[in-house]
This record gives sequence, structure tokens and C-alpha cells, in this order.
Amino acid sequence: MTLPGIPLLLQSIVSGILIGGVYGLVAIGLTLIFGVMKIINFAHGSFMMLGMFTTYWLYVLLGIDPYLSLLLTIPLLFLFGLLVERFLIDKILDAPEHNQLLLTLGISLVIENLALFLWSPNFRTIDVSYANKATTLGPVMISFPKVVAFVFAIFLTTVLYYFLKNTDLGKAIRAASEEKEGALTVGINLKKIYYIAFGIGTACVGAAGTVAAPFFYVSPQVGGVFVITAFVVVVLGGMGNFLGALIGGLIIGLAESVGAAIIPGQLKQFIIYFIFILVLLFKPAGLFGKANA
Amino acid sequence: MFLLEIKDVTKKFGGLTAIGNLSFHLEKGEILGIIGPNGAGKTTLFNVVTGFYRPDGGAIFFKGQEITGLKPHQIAKRGLVRTFQITQPFPNLTVLENVRIGAYSRIKSNREATAEAFRILKTVGLYEQRNELSSVLPIGHRKSLELAKALATNPELILLDEVVAGLNTMEANQMITTIKNLQQEGITILLIEHVMKAIMSLSDRIVVIHYGVKIAEGAPQEISKNPKVIEAYLGEEYVFAKGQ
Amino acid sequence: MPESRQRFLKLALFGIAGVILLALPQYIPEYHTHLMTTVLFFGYLGTAWNILGGYAGQFSFGHTAFFGIGAFTSSLLQLHAGVNPWIGMVLAGIVGTMVGLFIGSLCFRYGLKGPFFALAMLALAEMLRLVSIQWMTAKYPLGINIPLLEDSLLNFQFRDKVPYYYIILLMTAAALLLADALEKRRIGSYFKAIRENEDAAESLGVNAFKYKLIAMGISAFMTAIGGTFYAQYYLTLDDEAAFGVANSIEILLGPIIGGSGTVFGPILGAGILEFLSETSRNFLGRYSGVHLMVYGAVLIIVIVFLPDGILGGLKKAFYKISGSKQK
Ligand SMILES: Nc1ncnc2c1ncn2[C@@H]1O[C@H](COP(=O)(O)OP(=O)(O)OP(=O)(O)O)[C@@H](O)[C@H]1O
Ligand SMILES: [Mg+2]
Repeated sequence: MTLPGIPLLLQSIVSGILIGGVYGLVAIGLTLIFGVMKIINFAHGSFMMLGMFTTYWLYVLLGIDPYLSLLLTIPLLFLFGLLVERFLIDKILDAPEHNQLLLTLGISLVIENLALFLWSPNFRTIDVSYANKATTLGPVMISFPKVVAFVFAIFLTTVLYYFLKNTDLGKAIRAASEEKEGALTVGINLKKIYYIAFGIGTACVGAAGTVAAPFFYVSPQVGGVFVITAFVVVVLGGMGNFLGALIGGLIIGLAESVGAAIIPGQLKQFIIYFIFILVLLFKPAGLFGKANA
Repeated sequence: MFLLEIKDVTKKFGGLTAIGNLSFHLEKGEILGIIGPNGAGKTTLFNVVTGFYRPDGGAIFFKGQEITGLKPHQIAKRGLVRTFQITQPFPNLTVLENVRIGAYSRIKSNREATAEAFRILKTVGLYEQRNELSSVLPIGHRKSLELAKALATNPELILLDEVVAGLNTMEANQMITTIKNLQQEGITILLIEHVMKAIMSLSDRIVVIHYGVKIAEGAPQEISKNPKVIEAYLGEEYVFAKGQ
Repeated sequence: MPESRQRFLKLALFGIAGVILLALPQYIPEYHTHLMTTVLFFGYLGTAWNILGGYAGQFSFGHTAFFGIGAFTSSLLQLHAGVNPWIGMVLAGIVGTMVGLFIGSLCFRYGLKGPFFALAMLALAEMLRLVSIQWMTAKYPLGINIPLLEDSLLNFQFRDKVPYYYIILLMTAAALLLADALEKRRIGSYFKAIRENEDAAESLGVNAFKYKLIAMGISAFMTAIGGTFYAQYYLTLDDEAAFGVANSIEILLGPIIGGSGTVFGPILGAGILEFLSETSRNFLGRYSGVHLMVYGAVLIIVIVFLPDGILGGLKKAFYKISGSKQK
């Protein structure tokens, strides 16, 4: 273990916060789905990968700018999530929890390996002009696409937050997540809420994929990198806790990035898993959750 | 020495005191009824006595030994078992397998445990259903199964949480007879019940709780005349009316 | 069906299957012997997983942790201390059990259940994988190669695949007999009771913590031993082969598809999966991952239409018929 110099430390703090925003965005989709449907979505990473590839192909084949492609990835992934919910998840809502987990695992196996089959396991990058653009601020280098991703993540989180707080549909979704029986008695159509929540969760992670695509690699297995981190973030922030997911994302982003500066190689990931297990054991309601009696 | 002694037991859920400083005791061989309006804390009391909840204060003694804070399985092993108000079968196991789980608590051998389970299934009238999955049983049978599982452990004291409620008249009468027979066999019984006919005909004594506090205790006739009890049930007279 | 007849039928089936499987390598090409070895191998691991995940209902998503620990323990002991692989196998089982009991006691003490236990196990396996990557790149960048010795049973090394087939056949048979014995006894009933309703089990005097740990211990021991078999079969080992997430998935797919919590479900599932994987490779070519795509599709179909797996579904149907007949 070596102590990094101040510039390196500052750099890793900035990078950590920026990537943390993306983690938050990935995790918000996951936590929304969990909060409303009590389902741990193992396919979440594959949905992100689909978002990335959508952006990639739109750029390569049609020359559409990655950020512009958000206008397509968001509705496309919303629709995709909605269909997955309608035709698969919907069938097992009353099944034992582990079967729900297995179904989403099955979905992710199909999506990921189909992508592998169609697009090969190669790492691809999107060579837009701004991919490597950066400004320096003192000793710290700030990557342009990462800033965009971060700002977008905050923006989308805020929009969603207001949507959930202030619109009828949003309130219905929150009611469904907080008090299932209550929601039923006031006449909320739970099935419809489920389609929409799953669709929104998928759209969120797809959007996260899009904004990450310019500075990350694109490959069929890229989702795995994010999805386990997203589980950690979600558990840390409290399962189903919306703002917790964003804050959890920032914490994990920071921990990972600063950890990488201090600890060699793969071990930074190790620490994240370690935190994960500790939180599961000792604070299952998350860092901000009330302890259960 | 009492068989069961509850001393100043308190259980809180956040700001809500589900049971407050409750004390009472049970003699060996008696049937003690517990009544009280919905939400009075009856089931919570069972959960505390059987180790599912840890009390916030007070102590519980069984056969003279303190059992406060023991795990449910430890308490069951000592001869104190309970049934659940919301029946808790092992859904994907057959009725026979369900009851055998109870028998295994004192019999290791598969063959003997099965024989014991058969015997118990006959006493509660579930022998015909022995090879059915417990998940498909109608409510009457589920209540009998709940009782049979507990009985299979060969308890000294059994806590019954509304085993009569929800049964039709014939089933209810049968259940009441079964419970009487258990007393004959020397099993002590603590009974929660809303069905007044059952509680009045079975109980040697009755404890009434309201908002977690004991408001009356005595023989069934005294209890039904007690003004405090009548007041507690005000607006819930239907309970008395329905039962009698 | 009366119990004695059921038992006779089971024994007869077991016997016939045994004779056929013993004779098989004489009549099939070596590649098919390899395929059969794979089926038995995953059947064996699935049976080990099934004791914890299927019977006791503690759904492990990271069983490759024990597998990798077993593989590494015996391989490293052999490489560095010249420990005979059979002895290494026993030690592997012991180390695996200890790790299992440790993580199990943490998880079960703090009440981790369902998907959360599954994720904790996944995290454990991933932690081990990361440590092993770190350590392997430093010490064994080319992977661990077990020193080649003369072909012999004592050395647990053979150029020919057939002896491995017989070893895994024996291991699988032993695992199935163990599962069958557990199922018929109090301990197996307790596992199932905990799976079905932990509170109800506790209320009847079942020490759920203890029995979950026992299930974990047995399962981890068997899985770790399977790791040693794997290492001896391929005589080489790396972090991905030992601790890859795909292992954890392949271990549990067999029991899920064949029927978790049944004796023969895991081996049936392993057979089906291997068949599908071979067929899909023949049709779609040898892209890596094609078989996983097919597995995923089968998993989706099974979960949606046969949530208890093949044998589990049959068992339920049987109870429905026999139950309604009695009335
Ligand atoms: N696990 C819990 N967490 C929070 N509050 C609880 C819990 N269990 C019970 N309560 C509350 O404690 C009070 C007593 O509940 P309890 O179930 O003991 O009532 P009861 O007398 O059995 O009622 P009933 O006749 O309806 O069965 C109720 O207000 C209930 O809402
Ligand atoms: Mg109650």
C-alpha cells in the first residue's frame, strides 16, 4: 500500500464522483424495480449493454451522435423493458423469490450470449471527437464525456424524483412500492404500474449505457462490470430507496476510485464486495434505512 | 410451582406498547383462556412466550426455569409449543410429513416418527388426508394440521392461537372436543379465541387483555359479567353475540 | 405406492443404471466418454448444491467458491508439498467445509435469506476470484500446472479419460446415495421444513441455524472435492476455471431444471443441459457462449412453465392425482 500524492488523490476523487453518478443512474433503475416489484433484476446489466450497443450502432451505421441517440435509446429500452415485464416477469410475480432471480438470470444469459453470438466478444469504442476531450483544472484532469454523463445522471434522477413526487402516475408507483395492499384498495392497477416501473427502470439503465458509451468500451459482457456494482450500490443505499441509490453510487464510485489509487490491481473491487457483505449482514436496510426490529 | 409464569412482560413496537407489564400464571392441567379485542396483543404475547420476540421487559418461567430470551426451538424442546393464528404449514410437504416434523423433535427413527404421526393424525381427524400436500387443504383441515404438528412434539403446554375461529359449526364442535380430550390426557392449554362458545366452554379461567394490559381475570361466568370487559368490547359486542 | 415397492423400484433402477453406466465406456468413443464424464461431473456438483439449495432452501449463487477452493487446495498442496491428490482431496473437502461453515454462520446468524443470501454467496465467490487473479498474475501467470506423473490410480492421473469416468461415476453414485439417505431421515425432513417455513420449523423444535449449517457443511465438502476432481482431470487450473461466475450458474442449473429438492433432479438436469449444449454447438457452431444462450432460454422456459423443475413438477402432479383418488 502506497500513499498517493495530493494531485493523484484529487484526481481520483473527481473521477470517482463522476463515475459514481453513472453508477447511481444504473442503480436507480434497479432500485426502482426492486422497490415496486420486490424483484432483484439480474438482467439489469444486459439492459445497459443493449443501451450501449444501440448507441454504438446508431453512431456507426447512421452517424447519429451518441448524446442525440438518447432520444432513441430511452424509448426503445422503455419499450423493451415493458415487453419483458409483460411477457416474462409478469408470469412469476407470485413465484418464490429465487425463481424470480433465476428468471432474470435466464433473460440476461440469453441477451448477453445472443449479443456475443451476433457481435463477437470484441471490445469496441465509439470514436467521436469528444471521446478524449478533457480540461485541466489545476492538477486535475476532467474528462468531458464523464462530466456529461454525471450531469445527465443528476438531471435524470431529478426528473424522475419529481415525476414520482408530483405526477399521478408517479404517486401511484410510489404507493405500489410502499403499500401494496393499500394501493390495491384505492384502485391502482398494479399490473400496469409494474409494466411502467420495469420500463422506466430499463430506460434508466439504457440511458446510463448511452452516456457511458463514449468513455467506456462496448462489449456484450460489459453489463457484468456494472450490474454487480449496482447491486452493491442498491444495497448500500437501501433497497428501493431512490436518493439512497444516487448517494450510494457516489460513495461506491469514490471508494473504488480512491481505492484504486491506494490499493493495487483487482483488490479495489475486492473491497467493494467486502463492503457489500458487511452491509448485507449488519445494515440490511442500507446506510440510510431504519434498522428493522 | 406454576407451569408457566409471566412476570411483568412488556413488548413494544416502536412507540406502540403491544404488551405492557403483563403478569399471569398457569397451573398444570388447566385451560386458561385469553380474550381481548383485535389488536389487544394476544398473538404478540404468544410470540414473546415462545421466543419469536424478545420482550423489552419482564421474565417468563416455564416449569420453574426462566425461558426469557431462549430461541423458539429451545423453548419447543422443553415442552412448550404454539400454533399460529395464520396457519403455517410446510406447503410442499404432505400432511403426514408436516406432522412428522413435530414428531422428530423427540423421536429420531423415521419409522417410529411416522407411526407417531399416524396416531396423531387420527386423533385430530386428518388421517384420510395424510398423503395430500398441505398447501391444498381447506381452512378447517389447516387448523387441525396446525394443532397436529404441535401435538406431535408431545408438549406439556400448548398455546393455541384461534384454532376454532373460521371453522364451521360442526368442525368447531369437533375441535372443542379434541381440545377437551387433550386436557384429559394431561396437557395444559393456553387458548386465544374470539369464538365465545369455545372460550366459555373450555376455559377454567380467563384473562382479558386490552391494549396490552390485563383488565380482568377470573372464572368464565365472572368475566362475562365484568363491566370493564363489556366496555372493552363495546362496539365489538358482536363477538359476544355471535358466540352465544 | 407402498413404501417397500417404491424402494424396490428405486433400487432396481439404480442397479440397472449402474450396470449400463459401468459398461458404457467399452461401447462408445472416447469423446462420448468425455461427455458422459461432464454430465456426471455436473450431476455430482448439482447434487452437492441441491443439499443446501434444493433441500435446505438456502439458495447459493456462489457455489464455485467451494469448487475453486477445493481445486486450489489439492493442486497447490501437490505442487508445493508433493501431497498425494487423494489426500489433497480430503484436505480440500475440509478446507471447503471450514470456509462454508464460516460464511454460513455469518449469513445465518444475521438472518440473510433468499436472494440476499444468494447475493452474499456470489460476492464471496467474486472476492475469491479477485484474490486469486491478483495472486495468480504475480505467481502463476500461465496458470497452475499439476506436475505430470506416471498413470496410476494412486497418482490420480491418467492419459486415458476412461478411469476418470469411473471415478466420477463412483463419486456421483455416492452423492446420490447420500442424498437419498438424507431425504429419508430426520435430517432431510428438517432441511425441507426449514426451506418450506423456517418459523414453523423453529416452533416445532428445529434448530434452523444448526441444520442450515449442517447442510452448508455437507454441500461445501462435496463441492470442494469436486474441485479436486476437476483439477486432476484437466491437470491445469486458473482463476476463471476455479471461481468464474459461470461455474456457479452451471452448478445450479442442473438441479433447477431437473428438479431441486429431488434426488435425481440434478443428474437429470445435467444430462439435459449437456445434450442441449452439444446439440446447439453442432447447429450454431462453437462460439463461446452459445450453450449459455440455450441454457438461458431453457431456464426461462422452466421457471415460467415448470417452476419446480421436471421431477418436482412430476412429483406435484403425482400428489394431485393420488390425493384426489383418496377422497
Ligand atoms: N411485528 C410487528 N411490528 C409492529 N407492530 C406489530 C407487530 N406485531 C403486532 N403488532 C401490533 O401490535 C398490536 C397487537 O397485535 P397482536 O397481533 O398481538 O393482536 P391480537 O390481540 O393477536 O389481535 P387479533 O385478535 O386481531 O389477532 C397491534 O396493534 C399490531 O398492529
Ligand atoms: Mg392475534
